[in-house]
Amino acid sequence: MLVVFFILAFVAVGTAVSMLVTRSSIYAALFLVLNFATVAVLYLILGAPFIALTQITVYAGSVVVLFLFVIMLLGAERLPGGESLKWQRLVAIGLAIVLSADFGVKMIGENTMLTSVTAPPEGYGAPAEIGKILFTKYAFPVEITAVILLVAVVGAILLAKPDEKPSVREGLRKKMDQEG
Amino acid sequence: MDSIPVSYLLALSAVLFVLGILGVLLKRNALVVFMSLELMLNSGNLAFISFARSFEAISAQVVVFFVMTVAAAEVAIGLALMVEIFRTKHSIDLDQMNSLKG
Repeated sequence: MLVVFFILAFVAVGTAVSMLVTRSSIYAALFLVLNFATVAVLYLILGAPFIALTQITVYAGSVVVLFLFVIMLLGAERLPGGESLKWQRLVAIGLAIVLSADFGVKMIGENTMLTSVTAPPEGYGAPAEIGKILFTKYAFPVEITAVILLVAVVGAILLAKPDEKPSVREGLRKKMDQEG
Repeated sequence: MDSIPVSYLLALSAVLFVLGILGVLLKRNALVVFMSLELMLNSGNLAFISFARSFEAISAQVVVFFVMTVAAAEVAIGLALMVEIFRTKHSIDLDQMNSLKG
């Protein structure tokens, strides 16, 4: 189990680093898919099959496809290289080291209450169990999520809609002036 | 059958989060910055699932489900904004987006 974890962790970190290093946006999106897939396998090991399959469908299935679609639509496969700010990279790496040190210190501090995980018990995290709690205890948050998704869809359509032709708007205004 | 210490999982989650931070700070392609944001959300989810398994708390899995939903909504809005910015500026280089700079 530990060996599987190390392999998955290696692939996850490797794909994340490759995503940052590669110059091509398409390759970055494809590395992101691989990263999401390895994390989904980790979710399966941790006894969350429903979340793992949701991860595959939502992230790898729709989010990354949307990314690829936009990259190809905009023709942004490759951006001209060259850093405009030299100090930016140094500051970013310094901040990242500080942040990881902070995480490490916190984790060592809390180490006493952390356990090890083994294979999950039978039925833990099963879709039926998740569904039951989702529609009883968390029914109201589910409704709020539905509203958020509706707002997102309406907002996306509104933002991506091409501008109306000025002639149409002019015509409407003239009509209103005549009536009013 | 041996077991995985939860601290290893949290360390992996922290490493992925820091890589996402680095992507947001370093990359100038707005789409790759967006992907790094997704990476950070994903690492947070991994920590949630690890704690869910560690404390046998099924509620944490529900929280991860909600995070995924909000992330999907965010991507839809964000990419629509990106298309709109590209239409006006003909570029998604973050350094070009300085119209409000004083």
